[in-house]
Amino acid sequence: MAQDLVNTLADLKEQETLTIVKDRLNAGEDPLKILEDARKGMEIVGKRFASSEYFIPDLVYSGEILKAVTELVKPKLSKAAESKKLGKIVFGTVAGDIHDIGKDIVVFMLDVNGFEVHDLGVDIPAQKFVEKIKETDAPIVGLSGFLTLAFDSMKETVDAIKAAGLRDKVKVMIGGGQMSDEVKNYTGADAYGKDAMAGVSLAKKWIGAS
Amino acid sequence: MEKQWEEMSSDEKQEARFQKWLSPEGVKFASPEAERLYKERATRIKDAIQIKKRPDRVPVLLIPSFFPAFYSGLTPRDVMYDYEKANNAWKKFYVDFQPDAHFGCVAPGPGRFFDILDYKLYKWPGHGVPNNTTYQCNEGEYMKADEYDAFLQDPTHFFNTTILPRIFGAMEPFKQLPNVTTINEMYGTGIIFYPYGLPDVQAAFKALLEAGSETLKWLGYFMAFEKEMPALGFPSGQAGYTKAPYDILGDTLRGTRGIMADMYRQPDKLIEAMDKMTPFWIQKGITESNMNSNPLIFLPLHKGADGFMSDEQYKKFYWPYLKKILLGLIDEGVVPFLWAEGGSNSRLEVIGDLPKGKVAWLFDTVDMIKAKEILGDVACIVGNMPMDLLTLGTPQQVKDYVKKLIDNCGEGGGYIVANGAFFDDVKPENVRTMVEFTKEYGAYK
Repeated sequence: MAQDLVNTLADLKEQETLTIVKDRLNAGEDPLKILEDARKGMEIVGKRFASSEYFIPDLVYSGEILKAVTELVKPKLSKAAESKKLGKIVFGTVAGDIHDIGKDIVVFMLDVNGFEVHDLGVDIPAQKFVEKIKETDAPIVGLSGFLTLAFDSMKETVDAIKAAGLRDKVKVMIGGGQMSDEVKNYTGADAYGKDAMAGVSLAKKWIGAS
Repeated sequence: MEKQWEEMSSDEKQEARFQKWLSPEGVKFASPEAERLYKERATRIKDAIQIKKRPDRVPVLLIPSFFPAFYSGLTPRDVMYDYEKANNAWKKFYVDFQPDAHFGCVAPGPGRFFDILDYKLYKWPGHGVPNNTTYQCNEGEYMKADEYDAFLQDPTHFFNTTILPRIFGAMEPFKQLPNVTTINEMYGTGIIFYPYGLPDVQAAFKALLEAGSETLKWLGYFMAFEKEMPALGFPSGQAGYTKAPYDILGDTLRGTRGIMADMYRQPDKLIEAMDKMTPFWIQKGITESNMNSNPLIFLPLHKGADGFMSDEQYKKFYWPYLKKILLGLIDEGVVPFLWAEGGSNSRLEVIGDLPKGKVAWLFDTVDMIKAKEILGDVACIVGNMPMDLLTLGTPQQVKDYVKKLIDNCGEGGGYIVANGAFFDDVKPENVRTMVEFTKEYGAYK
């Protein structure tokens, strides 16, 4: 049945997935095991997205199913699930820009690929990034933005990281609608990722996991 | 004797609409030069779109977001609230850069209107985002997943009593309004109207009246601009706009995540809702084309972009209903000017399925060689000047890019140089180079 849950979730079969989860909970199974299977299912979703078999709606829907699974499992959970993470990443959409869809996709993909992502949200001032880097000691920072006006916010964020004396300790990637290598050079970031998969490869490369 | 409108074919209707646009009624040209420029420009765009005949040169269009404000040293906030400043800035922009059409002074919209009604759908400069940035959407499920039936039963009542109260803070009391389709006899009719007597409903109406007055004030400036620009030699590049049904539902009703889940959880309801919306939005395009004696109706496309759905989903949920809108417009001689924001490489084959010479496709980040190859025989293609290049590049790089575009897409006509996405604070010298170099290099010999 473990394999069933992994596959039904990976195949986005919502009703079947929830039925399996309910059955397993009723049978008294360790809720952490159920969540671990769900995580494996999401990992497959991420792989299918990376190979263009799945698209954004599939990611969104898998997230919806996972939410429903978690709601079922949560009341039975006595301790939080722990899994070993590849590395920490601070992520956010830069100041003045409130677009989140692109950012959420990259965060999702980093998460299912084993990273501990500290998602600050949207419209994040440069100083907030700096504080979070200090707090988490994350070696990687992801800056997201949709507007051309975000070019300057990204540059300001990289400058603030520099001013805080952290520039040598972190690698910075940028991404979003109108971003490019030109923009990367302008902002002083280390790399531009064209899509979520590029973001994952960069992160893996930077922590030496690829 | 001239044919009656109903007797005309869609080709004849399109030609009639173009002719009206080419010889605009009631426009007093500022000079013979302005009149000559107007006719040349309108003819050039018409030829590029109809792809029957090669234009004299590749047309060039500039479709700005808040660039004209920045160019005049103003913030987006300034031009949303000071309508005269907006008009002056937009006029200066078109006069200084001399593109082949103007796109109205429409981007900013009346700031005070949004204040009065407490608009929730967007943040705008000085209201949730800084004065020097653009308006941005507050994503959300303004229509809930379980509200399709209510919407389908009576969309107008649903908008009046559910959507408006959610998206305009000042119209929250409208959720109490009655459904007037039950007015019938003597009995029971009076009582239907009691909500209009409630103090909070009356306050909402007062806000609505005030908002209407503000819009009218703004519209005065807007219409003056629409009149002045043709007189100065700039045909209008858009009479109004309509949208793809999937985007109508997805952008600001169900939201991106909501509508994506609907494709799995309640596909039939989603399709029914798109069907329901279609005639309203066809009519909107036709009405606006009629009102402004201009065939061009703009369609900003969002959620059918590459990656935003699978090919299968695109063919099931996006294209058939967009196509209905397009054919509804085309039948009436209206010319859809579609802006496919983001990537559309995976959609090129599908969107080629339209009659020839009826639409223009403005592309953002598309492989233009492929676009020309696949669509070139059926539709005019437009655009692809990249935002990062206009913002950060040099005039020489802009020249090189324009040259590449014209070399790749210009052959035989059917191509228009334009920005791929609406532009804010880009380098003026790059915009200037884009226009001037197109005029120089884009002339057909």
